[in-house]
Amino acid sequence: MSDHSSHGSGLAHQFDDLDQQLDATTLGMWLFLAQEIMFFGGLFAAYTIYRNWHPEAFAAASHHLDIKLGGFNTVVLIFSSLTMALGVRAAQMGKNKAVFNYLFATFMLGNVFLVVKAFEYHHKWVEGLIPGPWFRFEGSTDPAVQMFFNLYFAMTGMHALHMIIGGGLLIYFMVQARKNRYHEGYYGPVEIMGLYWHFVDIVWIFLFPLLYLLGLHNS
Amino acid sequence: MSGHVTSKKIYFAVFGALMILTAITVGVATLDLGQLNTVVALAVAGCKATVVIWYFMEVRHARPLTKLTVVGGILWLVIMLILLFTDYISRDWMAGPQAW
Repeated sequence: MSDHSSHGSGLAHQFDDLDQQLDATTLGMWLFLAQEIMFFGGLFAAYTIYRNWHPEAFAAASHHLDIKLGGFNTVVLIFSSLTMALGVRAAQMGKNKAVFNYLFATFMLGNVFLVVKAFEYHHKWVEGLIPGPWFRFEGSTDPAVQMFFNLYFAMTGMHALHMIIGGGLLIYFMVQARKNRYHEGYYGPVEIMGLYWHFVDIVWIFLFPLLYLLGLHNS
Repeated sequence: MSGHVTSKKIYFAVFGALMILTAITVGVATLDLGQLNTVVALAVAGCKATVVIWYFMEVRHARPLTKLTVVGGILWLVIMLILLFTDYISRDWMAGPQAW
């Protein structure tokens, strides 16, 4: 505790020491994430209600999602959480070069996820599964099928937006690591970045079974 | 707070556990369990989320106030979902003018 009481590098003036700063930023980030939980929670609630009203239509629509691509992306994202955790660990030890490498790996894995997602979206476009007047779906005329795709694009789109923002943030932290900014007492920003990244991973952990695996046993 | 460095082994083990749980959730989805499919899927997803929060997000080494905030965030979500769903479930229990 007391070994960081002197004003070392990275300490903002409103804090007594780096430990206090880390506590405050961690708490602040969790408060932000609590809001994010409510935000995504609203989307999940809408999904649950519509699915309870139209279980058959949702199962039929879910068949049009590619489980292999969704599963691949799940593995990619969990792997990116591992590299992110290792990046925070490297920052805790002041190994800036390792921080850069792990964050770069996380960044690239995030990009792989987004590229796969883009292919999936394009496939939906070709199939005519984008909600709107051009929507066409063989096998069912139930309008709830379109509602599934509305929710699919809203939820995965909002998730992808978080990934894109996370990617941008990672670039910033990679630059900071290149400048050797982090050391044993000052690694909080990387830890906060990690919290954000893991949160986005958790959202996908729920999206994957609810959107992709629903009704798999009927196929 | 500062200084606790988790060994790489734990992170790799957590990654392995998450992979196994992903395999389980895909495997269970191929079976027809009726209503239980969703219950199992959400239970496995909940386990994965808990593991990520506890180990990757290092809440196990966080201050009590941070832990309380994490629990509070989840608790508020649960309150929102319960109130919302009880409304939708109980709407046509009583005779009278319908909302829609």
